[in-house]
Amino acid sequence: MKILVPVKRVIDYNVKVRVKADQTGVDLTNVKMALNPFCEIAVEEAVRLKEAGSATEVVVVSIGSSAVQEQLRTALALGADRALHIDTELNLDSLQVAKLLAKVVADEQPGLVILGKQAIDSDNNQTGQMLAALTGMGQGTFASKVTLSAGKVAVTREIDGGLQTVQLTLPAVVSTDLRLNEPRYASLPNIMKAKKKPLEVKAADSYGVSLSSAVSVLKVTAPAVRQGGIKVESVAELVDKLKHEAKVI
Amino acid sequence: MAILLIAEHNNQSLKAETHKVVQAATAIGADITVLVAGFNCAAAANEAATIAGVDKVLVADNAAYEHQLAENIAALVAELGKNYSHILTAATTTGKNFLPRVAALLDVAQISDVIAIESADTFVRPIYAGNAIATVKSADAIKVLTVRPAAFAAAKIGNAAPVEALSAVHDLGVSAFVSAELTKSERPELTAARVVISGGRGMQNGENFALLNGIADKLGAAIGASRAAVDAGFVPNDMQVGQTGKIVAPELYIAVGISGAIQHLAGMKDSKVIVAINKDAEAPIFQVADYGLVADLFTVLPELEQQL
Ligand SMILES: Cc1cc2nc3c(=O)[nH]c(=O)nc-3n(C[C@H](O)[C@H](O)[C@H](O)COP(=O)(O)OP(=O)(O)OC[C@H]3O[C@@H](n4cnc5c(N)ncnc54)[C@H](O)[C@@H]3O)c2cc1C
Ligand SMILES: Nc1ncnc2c1ncn2[C@@H]1O[C@H](COP(=O)(O)O)[C@@H](O)[C@H]1O
Repeated sequence: MKILVPVKRVIDYNVKVRVKADQTGVDLTNVKMALNPFCEIAVEEAVRLKEAGSATEVVVVSIGSSAVQEQLRTALALGADRALHIDTELNLDSLQVAKLLAKVVADEQPGLVILGKQAIDSDNNQTGQMLAALTGMGQGTFASKVTLSAGKVAVTREIDGGLQTVQLTLPAVVSTDLRLNEPRYASLPNIMKAKKKPLEVKAADSYGVSLSSAVSVLKVTAPAVRQGGIKVESVAELVDKLKHEAKVI
Repeated sequence: MAILLIAEHNNQSLKAETHKVVQAATAIGADITVLVAGFNCAAAANEAATIAGVDKVLVADNAAYEHQLAENIAALVAELGKNYSHILTAATTTGKNFLPRVAALLDVAQISDVIAIESADTFVRPIYAGNAIATVKSADAIKVLTVRPAAFAAAKIGNAAPVEALSAVHDLGVSAFVSAELTKSERPELTAARVVISGGRGMQNGENFALLNGIADKLGAAIGASRAAVDAGFVPNDMQVGQTGKIVAPELYIAVGISGAIQHLAGMKDSKVIVAINKDAEAPIFQVADYGLVADLFTVLPELEQQL
Protein backbone atom coordinates (compact mmCIF):
# COMPACT_ATOMS: atom_id res chain seq x y z
CA MET A 1 0.00 0.00 0.00
CA LYS A 2 1.16 3.46 -0.89
CA ILE A 3 0.84 6.37 1.56
CA LEU A 4 0.58 9.94 0.29
CA VAL A 5 1.72 12.68 2.66
CA PRO A 6 1.00 16.31 1.71
CA VAL A 7 3.39 18.68 3.51
CA LYS A 8 3.51 22.46 3.81
CA ARG A 9 6.40 24.88 4.16
CA VAL A 10 5.56 27.37 6.91
CA ILE A 11 7.23 29.88 9.20
CA ASP A 12 9.19 28.10 11.96
CA TYR A 13 7.00 27.76 15.04
CA ASN A 14 9.54 29.53 17.24
CA VAL A 15 9.48 32.71 15.16
CA LYS A 16 7.49 35.65 16.50
CA VAL A 17 5.75 36.98 13.41
CA ARG A 18 5.46 40.65 12.58
CA VAL A 19 2.67 42.24 10.63
CA LYS A 20 3.77 44.41 7.69
CA ALA A 21 3.27 48.15 8.10
CA ASP A 22 1.15 48.30 4.92
CA GLN A 23 -1.25 45.71 6.42
CA THR A 24 -0.95 43.33 3.46
CA GLY A 25 0.29 40.37 5.46
CA VAL A 26 3.09 39.22 7.75
CA ASP A 27 6.75 39.90 7.04
CA LEU A 28 8.42 36.73 5.77
CA THR A 29 11.71 38.25 4.58
CA ASN A 30 14.70 36.48 6.14
CA VAL A 31 12.41 34.53 8.43
CA LYS A 32 13.28 30.93 9.29
CA MET A 33 10.98 28.51 7.48
CA ALA A 34 10.32 24.87 8.32
CA LEU A 35 8.16 21.85 7.71
CA ASN A 36 4.78 22.46 9.39
CA PRO A 37 5.04 20.53 12.72
CA PHE A 38 1.84 18.56 12.04
CA CYS A 39 3.22 17.53 8.63
CA GLU A 40 6.39 16.29 10.29
CA ILE A 41 4.21 14.08 12.47
CA ALA A 42 2.40 12.89 9.32
CA VAL A 43 5.66 11.94 7.61
CA GLU A 44 6.84 10.12 10.75
CA GLU A 45 3.60 8.12 10.96
CA ALA A 46 3.80 7.09 7.31
CA VAL A 47 7.45 6.06 7.65
CA ARG A 48 6.64 4.03 10.78
CA LEU A 49 3.83 2.24 8.92
CA LYS A 50 6.31 1.43 6.18
CA GLU A 51 8.90 0.22 8.67
CA ALA A 52 6.24 -1.98 10.27
CA GLY A 53 5.56 -3.55 6.88
CA SER A 54 2.04 -2.07 6.56
CA ALA A 55 3.00 0.23 3.69
CA THR A 56 5.26 -0.20 0.69
CA GLU A 57 5.95 3.37 -0.38
CA VAL A 58 5.73 6.86 1.13
CA VAL A 59 5.21 9.70 -1.36
CA VAL A 60 5.38 13.31 -0.16
CA VAL A 61 3.84 16.20 -2.05
CA SER A 62 4.04 19.94 -1.51
CA ILE A 63 2.36 22.79 -3.34
CA GLY A 64 4.14 26.13 -3.54
CA SER A 65 7.15 27.94 -4.98
CA SER A 66 10.46 26.16 -5.61
CA ALA A 67 11.40 26.90 -1.98
CA VAL A 68 9.15 24.02 -0.84
CA GLN A 69 11.71 21.60 -2.28
CA GLU A 70 13.74 22.25 0.88
CA GLN A 71 10.91 20.81 3.01
CA LEU A 72 10.40 17.94 0.56
CA ARG A 73 14.10 17.06 0.99
CA THR A 74 13.59 17.17 4.76
CA ALA A 75 10.69 14.73 4.41
CA LEU A 76 12.83 12.48 2.20
CA ALA A 77 15.58 12.58 4.85
CA LEU A 78 13.01 11.50 7.44
CA GLY A 79 12.31 8.41 5.35
CA ALA A 80 9.87 9.23 2.55
CA ASP A 81 10.72 7.46 -0.73
CA ARG A 82 9.90 10.07 -3.34
CA ALA A 83 8.62 13.60 -3.67
CA LEU A 84 6.35 15.64 -5.88
CA HIS A 85 6.58 19.41 -6.06
CA ILE A 86 3.53 21.13 -7.53
CA ASP A 87 4.91 24.45 -8.61
CA THR A 88 2.99 27.71 -8.19
CA GLU A 89 3.77 31.21 -6.99
CA LEU A 90 0.15 31.72 -5.96
CA ASN A 91 -0.93 31.70 -2.34
CA LEU A 92 -3.63 29.07 -2.49
CA ASP A 93 -6.56 28.54 -0.13
CA SER A 94 -7.21 25.12 1.37
CA LEU A 95 -9.91 24.41 -1.24
CA GLN A 96 -7.52 24.89 -4.16
CA VAL A 97 -4.85 22.85 -2.38
CA ALA A 98 -7.40 20.08 -1.77
CA LYS A 99 -8.43 20.13 -5.44
CA LEU A 100 -4.83 19.70 -6.57
CA LEU A 101 -4.31 16.95 -3.99
CA ALA A 102 -7.44 15.19 -5.27
CA LYS A 103 -5.78 15.06 -8.70
CA VAL A 104 -2.64 13.61 -7.14
CA VAL A 105 -4.79 11.00 -5.37
CA ALA A 106 -6.31 10.08 -8.73
CA ASP A 107 -2.83 9.71 -10.27
CA GLU A 108 -1.14 7.90 -7.40
CA GLN A 109 -4.03 5.83 -5.98
CA PRO A 110 -2.72 5.78 -2.39
CA GLY A 111 -4.31 3.46 0.18
CA LEU A 112 -3.98 6.16 2.82
CA VAL A 113 -3.40 9.91 2.87
CA ILE A 114 -1.87 11.28 6.08
CA LEU A 115 -1.56 15.03 6.48
CA GLY A 116 -1.36 17.65 9.22
CA LYS A 117 -4.53 18.73 11.01
CA GLN A 118 -3.55 22.36 10.68
CA ALA A 119 -0.95 24.57 9.02
CA ILE A 120 0.43 26.86 11.73
CA ASP A 121 0.47 29.89 9.41
CA SER A 122 -3.12 29.99 8.12
CA ASP A 123 -4.45 27.98 11.09
CA ASN A 124 -7.11 26.77 8.65
CA ASN A 125 -7.60 23.13 9.66
CA GLN A 126 -9.47 22.35 6.43
CA THR A 127 -7.38 20.65 3.76
CA GLY A 128 -7.69 17.02 4.87
CA GLN A 129 -11.45 17.26 5.35
CA MET A 130 -11.84 18.93 1.94
CA LEU A 131 -9.67 16.35 0.22
CA ALA A 132 -11.74 13.59 1.80
CA ALA A 133 -14.94 15.24 0.53
CA LEU A 134 -13.62 15.70 -3.01
CA THR A 135 -12.46 12.09 -3.26
CA GLY A 136 -15.41 10.58 -1.38
CA MET A 137 -13.09 9.10 1.22
CA GLY A 138 -13.72 8.71 4.93
CA GLN A 139 -11.76 10.93 7.27
CA GLY A 140 -10.07 10.46 10.63
CA THR A 141 -9.10 13.92 11.80
CA PHE A 142 -6.96 14.96 14.81
CA ALA A 143 -5.50 11.46 15.11
CA SER A 144 -3.57 10.35 18.17
CA LYS A 145 -3.53 6.68 17.14
CA VAL A 146 -3.74 4.96 13.76
CA THR A 147 -4.16 1.19 13.43
CA LEU A 148 -4.33 -0.53 10.04
CA SER A 149 -6.08 -3.84 9.44
CA ALA A 150 -7.33 -5.56 6.29
CA GLY A 151 -8.94 -2.85 4.17
CA LYS A 152 -9.65 -0.66 7.21
CA VAL A 153 -8.03 1.88 9.44
CA ALA A 154 -9.02 2.61 13.04
CA VAL A 155 -8.31 6.18 14.06
CA THR A 156 -8.41 7.48 17.63
CA ARG A 157 -9.25 11.17 17.49
CA GLU A 158 -8.57 13.95 20.00
CA ILE A 159 -11.93 15.62 20.52
CA ASP A 160 -13.12 18.33 22.90
CA GLY A 161 -14.62 15.86 25.37
CA GLY A 162 -11.79 13.29 25.29
CA LEU A 163 -11.07 10.63 22.68
CA GLN A 164 -13.19 9.05 19.96
CA THR A 165 -12.30 6.05 17.80
CA VAL A 166 -13.73 5.61 14.31
CA GLN A 167 -13.14 2.93 11.74
CA LEU A 168 -12.77 3.91 8.09
CA THR A 169 -12.80 1.93 4.88
CA LEU A 170 -9.57 2.35 2.88
CA PRO A 171 -8.60 4.46 1.05
CA ALA A 172 -9.05 7.12 3.72
CA VAL A 173 -7.68 10.46 4.90
CA VAL A 174 -6.06 10.86 8.33
CA SER A 175 -5.03 14.19 9.84
CA THR A 176 -2.47 14.24 12.63
CA ASP A 177 -2.66 15.68 16.13
CA LEU A 178 0.32 16.38 18.37
CA ARG A 179 0.18 13.14 20.36
CA LEU A 180 0.30 10.76 17.38
CA ASN A 181 4.07 10.31 17.56
CA GLU A 182 7.34 12.05 18.23
CA PRO A 183 9.12 12.69 14.93
CA ARG A 184 12.71 11.52 14.63
CA TYR A 185 15.63 13.72 13.71
CA ALA A 186 17.10 13.21 10.27
CA SER A 187 20.58 11.68 10.52
CA LEU A 188 23.40 13.09 8.42
CA PRO A 189 23.67 9.96 6.22
CA ASN A 190 19.92 10.13 5.62
CA ILE A 191 20.16 13.82 4.70
CA MET A 192 22.84 12.87 2.15
CA LYS A 193 20.74 9.98 0.82
CA ALA A 194 17.71 12.25 0.51
CA LYS A 195 19.55 14.38 -2.04
CA LYS A 196 19.52 11.43 -4.43
CA LYS A 197 15.88 10.42 -3.94
CA PRO A 198 13.50 11.26 -6.82
CA LEU A 199 11.83 14.69 -6.72
CA GLU A 200 9.45 15.39 -9.57
CA VAL A 201 8.24 18.91 -10.40
CA LYS A 202 4.89 19.63 -12.08
CA ALA A 203 3.30 22.97 -12.85
CA ALA A 204 0.15 23.60 -10.81
CA ASP A 205 -1.70 24.85 -13.88
CA SER A 206 -1.07 21.54 -15.67
CA TYR A 207 -3.71 19.87 -13.47
CA GLY A 208 -6.68 21.65 -15.00
CA VAL A 209 -7.84 22.95 -11.62
CA SER A 210 -9.06 26.50 -11.15
CA LEU A 211 -6.57 28.12 -8.80
CA SER A 212 -8.44 31.32 -8.07
CA SER A 213 -10.04 31.90 -4.70
CA ALA A 214 -13.21 33.81 -3.92
CA VAL A 215 -11.74 35.03 -0.66
CA SER A 216 -9.63 38.18 -0.61
CA VAL A 217 -7.63 39.53 2.30
CA LEU A 218 -8.60 43.16 2.95
CA LYS A 219 -6.03 43.73 5.66
CA VAL A 220 -3.81 42.03 8.19
CA THR A 221 -3.23 43.85 11.47
CA ALA A 222 -1.40 43.21 14.71
CA PRO A 223 -3.57 41.97 17.60
CA ALA A 224 -4.34 44.34 20.44
CA VAL A 225 -1.41 44.22 22.83
CA ARG A 226 -2.10 43.44 26.44
CA GLN A 227 -0.80 45.95 28.91
CA GLY A 228 1.75 44.18 31.08
CA GLY A 229 0.46 44.18 34.66
CA ILE A 230 2.15 44.22 38.01
CA LYS A 231 4.00 41.74 40.18
CA VAL A 232 2.46 40.99 43.54
CA GLU A 233 4.62 40.07 46.51
CA SER A 234 2.42 37.53 48.24
CA VAL A 235 -0.65 35.34 47.98
CA ALA A 236 -2.46 37.71 50.34
CA GLU A 237 -1.78 40.65 48.01
CA LEU A 238 -2.91 38.60 45.00
CA VAL A 239 -6.19 37.62 46.64
CA ASP A 240 -6.77 41.20 47.72
CA LYS A 241 -6.18 42.55 44.19
CA LEU A 242 -8.45 39.94 42.63
CA LYS A 243 -11.21 40.78 45.10
CA HIS A 244 -10.99 44.55 45.31
CA GLU A 245 -9.20 45.79 42.21
CA ALA A 246 -10.07 43.34 39.41
CA LYS A 247 -13.26 42.25 41.19
CA VAL A 248 -13.22 38.83 39.52
CA ILE A 249 -13.55 36.68 42.64
CA MET B 1 -30.16 35.79 2.53
CA ALA B 2 -30.70 33.09 5.11
CA ILE B 3 -28.43 31.40 7.59
CA LEU B 4 -28.13 27.68 8.31
CA LEU B 5 -26.55 27.13 11.71
CA ILE B 6 -25.57 23.65 12.80
CA ALA B 7 -26.10 23.07 16.52
CA GLU B 8 -23.61 21.24 18.70
CA HIS B 9 -25.15 18.82 21.17
CA ASN B 10 -24.87 15.39 22.75
CA ASN B 11 -28.36 14.30 21.57
CA GLN B 12 -29.84 15.27 24.96
CA SER B 13 -28.83 18.89 25.34
CA LEU B 14 -27.16 21.70 23.44
CA LYS B 15 -23.55 22.63 24.03
CA ALA B 16 -23.06 26.19 25.26
CA GLU B 17 -21.14 26.99 22.06
CA THR B 18 -24.33 26.92 20.01
CA HIS B 19 -25.77 29.95 21.80
CA LYS B 20 -22.62 31.88 20.97
CA VAL B 21 -22.77 30.98 17.30
CA VAL B 22 -26.39 32.20 17.23
CA GLN B 23 -25.18 35.50 18.69
CA ALA B 24 -22.55 35.72 15.91
CA ALA B 25 -25.18 34.87 13.29
CA THR B 26 -27.48 37.69 14.38
CA ALA B 27 -24.72 40.13 13.36
CA ILE B 28 -25.15 38.99 9.73
CA GLY B 29 -28.77 40.07 9.72
CA ALA B 30 -30.80 37.30 8.09
CA ASP B 31 -33.23 34.58 9.13
CA ILE B 32 -31.57 31.87 11.17
CA THR B 33 -32.43 28.19 10.73
CA VAL B 34 -30.81 25.86 13.26
CA LEU B 35 -30.16 22.28 12.24
CA VAL B 36 -30.03 19.64 14.95
CA ALA B 37 -28.72 16.40 13.42
CA GLY B 38 -28.44 13.47 15.79
CA PHE B 39 -30.24 10.42 17.10
CA ASN B 40 -33.07 10.64 19.61
CA CYS B 41 -32.21 14.30 19.75
CA ALA B 42 -35.68 15.83 20.17
CA ALA B 43 -34.75 17.38 23.51
CA ALA B 44 -31.77 19.16 21.96
CA ALA B 45 -33.98 20.42 19.12
CA ASN B 46 -36.59 21.76 21.54
CA GLU B 47 -33.84 23.53 23.42
CA ALA B 48 -32.60 25.16 20.21
CA ALA B 49 -36.11 26.53 19.63
CA THR B 50 -35.84 28.54 22.85
CA ILE B 51 -32.79 30.58 21.76
CA ALA B 52 -33.66 34.19 20.96
CA GLY B 53 -33.07 35.06 17.31
CA VAL B 54 -33.74 31.58 15.94
CA ASP B 55 -36.48 31.53 13.27
CA LYS B 56 -36.78 27.81 12.68
CA VAL B 57 -35.31 24.51 13.89
CA LEU B 58 -34.81 21.52 11.60
CA VAL B 59 -34.29 18.10 13.16
CA ALA B 60 -32.63 15.22 11.35
CA ASP B 61 -33.11 12.34 13.73
CA ASN B 62 -31.43 9.17 12.54
CA ALA B 63 -28.88 6.60 13.75
CA ALA B 64 -26.58 7.73 10.91
CA TYR B 65 -26.09 11.04 12.74
CA GLU B 66 -25.76 9.71 16.29
CA HIS B 67 -22.00 10.20 16.63
CA GLN B 68 -21.69 13.24 14.36
CA LEU B 69 -19.65 11.27 11.80
CA ALA B 70 -18.33 13.96 9.45
CA GLU B 71 -19.08 12.01 6.27
CA ASN B 72 -22.81 11.72 7.02
CA ILE B 73 -23.36 15.10 8.66
CA ALA B 74 -21.52 16.88 5.83
CA ALA B 75 -23.63 15.18 3.16
CA LEU B 76 -26.80 16.31 4.94
CA VAL B 77 -25.60 19.87 5.55
CA ALA B 78 -24.29 20.29 1.99
CA GLU B 79 -27.65 19.27 0.58
CA LEU B 80 -29.64 21.61 2.83
CA GLY B 81 -27.02 24.33 2.59
CA LYS B 82 -27.57 24.96 -1.11
CA ASN B 83 -30.57 27.06 -0.20
CA TYR B 84 -28.74 29.33 2.24
CA SER B 85 -26.36 32.26 1.92
CA HIS B 86 -24.39 31.40 5.07
CA ILE B 87 -23.56 28.16 6.89
CA LEU B 88 -22.20 28.53 10.41
CA THR B 89 -21.10 26.27 13.18
CA ALA B 90 -18.80 26.44 16.20
CA ALA B 91 -15.04 26.07 15.77
CA THR B 92 -14.99 23.05 18.09
CA THR B 93 -13.53 19.67 17.20
CA THR B 94 -16.98 18.67 15.92
CA GLY B 95 -17.41 21.74 13.72
CA LYS B 96 -13.83 21.69 12.47
CA ASN B 97 -14.33 18.05 11.50
CA PHE B 98 -17.42 18.27 9.28
CA LEU B 99 -17.69 21.86 8.06
CA PRO B 100 -14.66 21.94 5.69
CA ARG B 101 -16.17 18.84 4.12
CA VAL B 102 -19.41 20.75 3.55
CA ALA B 103 -17.52 23.66 1.98
CA ALA B 104 -15.70 21.35 -0.43
CA LEU B 105 -18.94 19.60 -1.41
CA LEU B 106 -20.43 23.02 -2.19
CA ASP B 107 -17.23 24.12 -3.97
CA VAL B 108 -16.73 27.18 -1.76
CA ALA B 109 -14.05 28.27 0.68
CA GLN B 110 -14.36 27.93 4.43
CA ILE B 111 -13.41 30.81 6.68
CA SER B 112 -12.14 29.29 9.92
CA ASP B 113 -12.33 30.62 13.46
CA VAL B 114 -14.21 33.86 12.84
CA ILE B 115 -13.85 36.27 15.79
CA ALA B 116 -15.86 39.19 14.38
CA ILE B 117 -18.49 39.73 11.70
CA GLU B 118 -17.98 43.02 9.88
CA SER B 119 -20.79 42.53 7.37
CA ALA B 120 -22.54 39.74 5.50
CA ASP B 121 -19.42 39.07 3.42
CA THR B 122 -16.54 40.39 5.54
CA PHE B 123 -15.12 38.52 8.51
CA VAL B 124 -12.23 38.79 10.95
CA ARG B 125 -10.06 35.83 11.95
CA PRO B 126 -6.75 35.25 13.71
CA ILE B 127 -3.83 33.68 11.82
CA TYR B 128 -0.29 32.72 12.91
CA ALA B 129 -1.43 31.64 16.39
CA GLY B 130 -3.24 34.93 16.89
CA ASN B 131 -0.15 37.02 16.19
CA ALA B 132 -1.89 38.56 13.20
CA ILE B 133 -5.54 39.36 12.60
CA ALA B 134 -6.88 39.06 9.05
CA THR B 135 -9.98 40.78 7.70
CA VAL B 136 -11.24 38.77 4.72
CA LYS B 137 -14.01 39.27 2.20
CA SER B 138 -15.73 36.37 0.49
CA ALA B 139 -17.30 36.52 -2.96
CA ASP B 140 -18.60 32.94 -2.68
CA ALA B 141 -22.34 32.51 -3.13
CA ILE B 142 -22.44 30.55 0.12
CA LYS B 143 -20.26 31.69 2.99
CA VAL B 144 -19.14 28.79 5.16
CA LEU B 145 -17.79 29.86 8.56
CA THR B 146 -16.63 28.27 11.77
CA VAL B 147 -17.12 30.71 14.63
CA ARG B 148 -14.79 30.94 17.62
CA PRO B 149 -17.20 30.70 20.57
CA ALA B 150 -14.83 32.49 22.99
CA ALA B 151 -15.17 35.65 20.90
CA PHE B 152 -18.95 35.98 21.26
CA ALA B 153 -21.44 36.29 24.10
CA ALA B 154 -24.25 33.75 24.33
CA ALA B 155 -27.59 34.57 22.72
CA LYS B 156 -30.37 34.91 25.27
CA ILE B 157 -33.04 32.32 25.98
CA GLY B 158 -36.69 33.22 25.32
CA ASN B 159 -38.23 31.99 22.09
CA ALA B 160 -40.52 29.32 20.73
CA ALA B 161 -39.36 28.80 17.17
CA PRO B 162 -41.14 26.14 15.10
CA VAL B 163 -39.48 22.72 14.97
CA GLU B 164 -39.66 20.76 11.71
CA ALA B 165 -38.59 17.17 11.17
CA LEU B 166 -36.47 16.20 8.16
CA SER B 167 -36.63 12.76 6.64
CA ALA B 168 -33.51 12.77 4.46
CA VAL B 169 -30.93 10.20 5.56
CA HIS B 170 -27.33 10.33 4.41
CA ASP B 171 -25.22 7.34 5.30
CA LEU B 172 -22.07 7.14 3.20
CA GLY B 173 -21.05 3.85 4.77
CA VAL B 174 -17.32 4.65 4.70
CA SER B 175 -16.98 5.32 8.42
CA ALA B 176 -18.23 3.79 11.63
CA PHE B 177 -18.14 4.82 15.26
CA VAL B 178 -16.15 2.39 17.40
CA SER B 179 -15.88 3.92 20.87
CA ALA B 180 -15.49 7.08 22.89
CA GLU B 181 -13.56 7.74 26.05
CA LEU B 182 -15.06 10.91 27.39
CA THR B 183 -13.48 12.68 30.32
CA LYS B 184 -15.95 12.85 33.19
CA SER B 185 -15.83 15.91 35.34
CA GLU B 186 -18.13 17.71 37.72
CA ARG B 187 -16.41 20.95 36.84
CA PRO B 188 -17.64 23.46 34.28
CA GLU B 189 -16.38 22.98 30.72
CA LEU B 190 -13.14 24.76 29.92
CA THR B 191 -14.66 26.81 27.13
CA ALA B 192 -17.67 27.85 29.20
CA ALA B 193 -16.11 28.46 32.64
CA ARG B 194 -15.96 31.91 34.25
CA VAL B 195 -12.62 31.02 35.82
CA VAL B 196 -9.92 28.71 34.42
CA ILE B 197 -6.84 27.52 36.30
CA SER B 198 -4.23 25.76 34.18
CA GLY B 199 -1.10 23.83 35.09
CA GLY B 200 2.02 23.36 33.00
CA ARG B 201 5.20 21.35 33.02
CA GLY B 202 6.06 23.03 36.33
CA MET B 203 3.42 20.84 38.00
CA GLN B 204 5.91 17.95 37.57
CA ASN B 205 3.37 15.12 37.48
CA GLY B 206 -0.29 14.24 37.26
CA GLU B 207 -0.78 13.76 41.01
CA ASN B 208 0.31 17.33 41.66
CA PHE B 209 -2.58 18.58 39.53
CA ALA B 210 -4.65 17.77 42.63
CA LEU B 211 -3.16 20.96 44.10
CA LEU B 212 -5.39 22.86 41.67
CA ASN B 213 -8.59 21.04 42.71
CA GLY B 214 -9.30 22.86 45.95
CA ILE B 215 -8.75 26.23 44.30
CA ALA B 216 -10.93 25.28 41.35
CA ASP B 217 -13.66 24.13 43.78
CA LYS B 218 -13.64 27.44 45.59
CA LEU B 219 -13.69 29.51 42.39
CA GLY B 220 -16.04 27.28 40.38
CA ALA B 221 -13.21 27.00 37.89
CA ALA B 222 -12.41 24.61 35.07
CA ILE B 223 -8.92 23.09 35.01
CA GLY B 224 -6.74 23.37 31.89
CA ALA B 225 -3.18 22.56 30.96
CA SER B 226 -0.34 23.41 28.61
CA ARG B 227 0.69 21.11 25.81
CA ALA B 228 3.81 20.13 27.76
CA ALA B 229 1.65 18.88 30.65
CA VAL B 230 -0.57 16.90 28.26
CA ASP B 231 2.33 15.46 26.26
CA ALA B 232 4.03 14.38 29.49
CA GLY B 233 0.85 12.45 30.32
CA PHE B 234 0.02 14.47 33.46
CA VAL B 235 -3.54 15.09 32.23
CA PRO B 236 -5.76 14.14 29.25
CA ASN B 237 -5.56 15.86 25.85
CA ASP B 238 -8.93 17.58 26.17
CA MET B 239 -7.44 19.86 28.84
CA GLN B 240 -4.96 21.49 26.44
CA VAL B 241 -5.37 25.24 26.05
CA GLY B 242 -3.72 26.90 23.06
CA GLN B 243 -3.37 27.43 19.33
CA THR B 244 -3.98 23.77 18.64
CA GLY B 245 -6.07 22.99 21.71
CA LYS B 246 -8.96 24.89 23.26
CA ILE B 247 -9.41 28.63 23.04
CA VAL B 248 -10.69 30.15 26.28
CA ALA B 249 -11.53 33.70 27.29
CA PRO B 250 -12.75 33.52 30.91
CA GLU B 251 -13.02 36.42 33.31
CA LEU B 252 -10.07 35.04 35.24
CA TYR B 253 -7.28 32.79 33.92
CA ILE B 254 -4.64 31.51 36.35
CA ALA B 255 -1.51 30.02 34.73
CA VAL B 256 0.55 27.90 37.11
CA GLY B 257 4.01 26.64 36.13
CA ILE B 258 3.44 27.64 32.50
CA SER B 259 6.18 29.54 30.66
CA GLY B 260 3.91 31.34 28.19
CA ALA B 261 4.91 30.03 24.74
CA ILE B 262 3.10 31.80 21.87
CA GLN B 263 1.10 28.65 21.19
CA HIS B 264 -0.23 28.68 24.75
CA LEU B 265 -0.89 32.44 24.74
CA ALA B 266 -2.93 31.99 21.54
CA GLY B 267 -5.46 30.05 23.59
CA MET B 268 -5.88 32.36 26.60
CA LYS B 269 -4.64 35.87 25.98
CA ASP B 270 -8.14 37.24 25.48
CA SER B 271 -9.03 36.36 29.07
CA LYS B 272 -10.22 39.41 31.02
CA VAL B 273 -7.79 39.06 33.91
CA ILE B 274 -4.67 36.89 33.79
CA VAL B 275 -2.71 35.69 36.82
CA ALA B 276 0.64 33.95 36.44
CA ILE B 277 2.42 31.93 39.09
CA ASN B 278 5.93 31.00 38.05
CA LYS B 279 9.24 30.75 39.85
CA ASP B 280 11.12 32.28 36.91
CA ALA B 281 10.70 36.07 36.94
CA GLU B 282 11.73 36.18 33.26
CA ALA B 283 9.02 33.76 32.04
CA PRO B 284 7.17 35.29 29.05
CA ILE B 285 3.82 34.59 30.71
CA PHE B 286 4.45 37.64 32.92
CA GLN B 287 4.31 39.88 29.83
CA VAL B 288 0.59 39.18 29.47
CA ALA B 289 -0.28 38.73 33.16
CA ASP B 290 -2.20 41.42 35.01
CA TYR B 291 -0.95 39.98 38.29
CA GLY B 292 2.28 38.01 38.42
CA LEU B 293 3.52 36.12 41.44
CA VAL B 294 7.15 34.98 41.25
CA ALA B 295 7.14 32.01 43.57
CA ASP B 296 7.37 28.26 43.89
CA LEU B 297 3.96 26.88 43.03
CA PHE B 298 4.26 24.13 45.63
CA THR B 299 4.46 26.78 48.34
CA VAL B 300 1.82 29.19 47.09
CA LEU B 301 -0.94 26.88 45.81
CA PRO B 302 -1.84 25.59 49.31
CA GLU B 303 -1.73 29.17 50.60
CA LEU B 304 -3.99 30.36 47.81
CA GLU B 305 -6.51 27.61 48.46
CA GLN B 306 -6.60 28.53 52.11
CA GLN B 307 -6.97 32.27 51.57
CA LEU B 308 -9.81 32.12 49.07
C1 LIG C 1 2.63 22.89 16.39
C2 LIG C 1 2.66 23.22 17.84
C3 LIG C 1 1.47 23.44 18.49
C4 LIG C 1 1.46 23.72 19.85
N1 LIG C 1 0.26 23.94 20.45
C5 LIG C 1 0.25 24.23 21.77
C6 LIG C 1 -0.99 24.47 22.46
O1 LIG C 1 -2.08 24.43 21.87
N2 LIG C 1 -0.95 24.75 23.78
C7 LIG C 1 0.23 24.81 24.49
O2 LIG C 1 0.21 25.06 25.70
N3 LIG C 1 1.40 24.58 23.86
C8 LIG C 1 1.43 24.28 22.54
N4 LIG C 1 2.64 24.03 21.94
C9 LIG C 1 3.85 23.89 22.80
C10 LIG C 1 4.51 25.20 23.21
O3 LIG C 1 5.41 25.61 22.21
C11 LIG C 1 5.29 24.98 24.53
O4 LIG C 1 6.23 23.96 24.37
C12 LIG C 1 4.40 24.62 25.73
O5 LIG C 1 3.32 25.54 25.83
C13 LIG C 1 5.21 24.67 27.00
O6 LIG C 1 4.45 24.24 28.11
P1 LIG C 1 4.82 24.71 29.59
O7 LIG C 1 4.77 26.18 29.66
O8 LIG C 1 3.97 23.95 30.53
O9 LIG C 1 6.30 24.13 29.79
P2 LIG C 1 7.68 24.90 29.91
O10 LIG C 1 7.89 25.81 28.77
O11 LIG C 1 8.68 23.86 30.19
O12 LIG C 1 7.48 25.82 31.18
C14 LIG C 1 7.37 25.34 32.49
C15 LIG C 1 7.35 26.55 33.40
O13 LIG C 1 7.12 26.14 34.74
C16 LIG C 1 7.92 26.93 35.61
N5 LIG C 1 8.13 26.17 36.83
C17 LIG C 1 8.80 24.98 36.97
N6 LIG C 1 8.76 24.57 38.25
C18 LIG C 1 8.06 25.51 38.94
C19 LIG C 1 7.69 25.65 40.32
N7 LIG C 1 8.02 24.72 41.22
N8 LIG C 1 6.97 26.73 40.67
C20 LIG C 1 6.62 27.68 39.77
N9 LIG C 1 6.96 27.60 38.46
C21 LIG C 1 7.65 26.51 38.06
C22 LIG C 1 9.19 27.19 34.84
O14 LIG C 1 9.84 28.37 35.31
C23 LIG C 1 8.66 27.35 33.40
O15 LIG C 1 8.40 28.70 33.08
C24 LIG C 1 2.67 23.78 20.57
C25 LIG C 1 3.87 23.57 19.91
C26 LIG C 1 3.88 23.29 18.56
C27 LIG C 1 5.17 23.06 17.86
N1 LIG D 1 0.49 24.02 0.00
C1 LIG D 1 0.35 22.81 0.52
N2 LIG D 1 1.04 21.77 0.01
C2 LIG D 1 0.92 20.53 0.53
N3 LIG D 1 0.15 20.25 1.59
C3 LIG D 1 -0.55 21.24 2.14
C4 LIG D 1 -0.50 22.57 1.64
N4 LIG D 1 -1.32 23.33 2.40
C5 LIG D 1 -1.86 22.51 3.35
N5 LIG D 1 -1.39 21.26 3.19
C6 LIG D 1 -1.68 20.08 4.03
O1 LIG D 1 -2.89 20.29 4.74
C7 LIG D 1 -2.66 20.31 6.15
C8 LIG D 1 -3.65 21.24 6.82
O2 LIG D 1 -3.52 22.54 6.33
P1 LIG D 1 -4.65 23.66 6.52
O3 LIG D 1 -5.93 23.04 6.18
O4 LIG D 1 -4.23 24.76 5.58
O5 LIG D 1 -4.56 24.10 7.96
C9 LIG D 1 -1.19 20.67 6.29
O6 LIG D 1 -0.66 20.22 7.53
C10 LIG D 1 -0.60 19.93 5.10
O7 LIG D 1 -0.45 18.55 5.39
